[in-house]
Amino acid sequence: MYVPASSLFIATSLVIALILNFLPLQGDLLIARPDFVAFAIAYWNVNHPHKLGMSVAFGMGLMVDVGNAGILGQHALAYCVIFYLTQIFGRRLRLFSLLKQAPQIGFFLLIMQIVFALVALSSGSTLPGWRYFHATIAGALLWTPASFAIALLLKPKPDSSAL
Amino acid sequence: METAPQFFRNGPGPFARLFIFAILSCLLIAEDTRFKYFPQLRQTIGVIIFPLQKIAYIPSDIYDQVEKLITSFNLLEENVKLRQLYLDRREQLLRLEALEAENTHLRRLLGAVQQIETTAKTKVVLAEIQYTPRDPFNHKITLNKGSYHDIELGQAVIDDKGIIGQITQLYPWSSEVTLLTDKDHAVPIQVVRNGLRSIVSGTGKNNELELRYLSVNTDIQQGDLLVTSGIGGVYPPGIPVATVLKIEQDSAGDFALVTSAPIAGVNRNRQVLVLSLAQVESNNSLETPTIESGTN
Repeated sequence: MYVPASSLFIATSLVIALILNFLPLQGDLLIARPDFVAFAIAYWNVNHPHKLGMSVAFGMGLMVDVGNAGILGQHALAYCVIFYLTQIFGRRLRLFSLLKQAPQIGFFLLIMQIVFALVALSSGSTLPGWRYFHATIAGALLWTPASFAIALLLKPKPDSSAL
Repeated sequence: METAPQFFRNGPGPFARLFIFAILSCLLIAEDTRFKYFPQLRQTIGVIIFPLQKIAYIPSDIYDQVEKLITSFNLLEENVKLRQLYLDRREQLLRLEALEAENTHLRRLLGAVQQIETTAKTKVVLAEIQYTPRDPFNHKITLNKGSYHDIELGQAVIDDKGIIGQITQLYPWSSEVTLLTDKDHAVPIQVVRNGLRSIVSGTGKNNELELRYLSVNTDIQQGDLLVTSGIGGVYPPGIPVATVLKIEQDSAGDFALVTSAPIAGVNRNRQVLVLSLAQVESNNSLETPTIESGTN
């Protein structure tokens, strides 16, 4: 059941993801927060391929980098990697149920975080603790409910003007 | 001659695209960590995302307002408490002024050079911590005041206990502070107990600073308070930085491994002070501090 998503809907979702990424959280909550932008890129790439270009992922990465006060290009590279992975494996993923997709998305998010860590290490940072990967788990857990919710939103009949 | 209708998108394949963008990212990363040719790029993106960040702060703003409303109920009690505190501090301040006067007097008697510290005036801007980034690699925080509020690069940021860090990136309405714990950050310090001067550097780990290149027989003890020495002119002198946690003897080298913990914390309160050392009108050119330290 493929429902085409309008470009406006996708753009809005990306902006919301950016805002969620910029939420001023602290402590454990901050560490466990999934990367919403990576999540959104993965979602659109798996379910609606060819709607996004890699340049969009790159641009979003730059914005997150500046918002995060990090190295410019770090998120950009990580998002390009997850864009590539979901583009290559997206069709295969869609064969699975939402529940079975979650661990595989988790694996992609893990690869993305490792790329991210490698960039940081190359600029001389120390290795982070295992808690750093909580965000990956959170992202994987979020996949099933969030995909379900977005699919509900995209259903054309009742209120397509909701967003 | 036109080709057949396109069934597939053409252009470079996924891997080729990834390759191009990966190279672009790597160039950017190298540019950002090493060369810094285009500081405007970061500023421009910062201005673009500012409204989004503003929206993201709305929930916490609402929370603040509610909290303010609740605290306003016991304002009277708080007022009494603060008055008490004010009187206490006032008394300390008076004593400090007397000591300062005595100090300059004694110095003059000794014929010593007028210490630069006493003449340095500081200007203060109150700011709020807006955002602490997630990734554990970068020890930076974002403040809600920027160049628009007369904040400048290189200014010191303190809380009620001691030094937090230094402004390293300016946007019009916000600014980034590199914390003491950042691996590229160093502060000139002085041990309160014996006046020993050294430099304390971040390690990239939370709550850990280190004193590098102190020889094993240096007079330093566990629990020693380290304050800024004022050398370099970025940090005003005498502000607490860290306490010495442990001293290990490196059997191989000649240096002691001195680990210390920062005194100020970003987790405790949201209000911080941004200090700027006003130019000192000093007549001895030897000790005039320069303020433009730039990044780190």
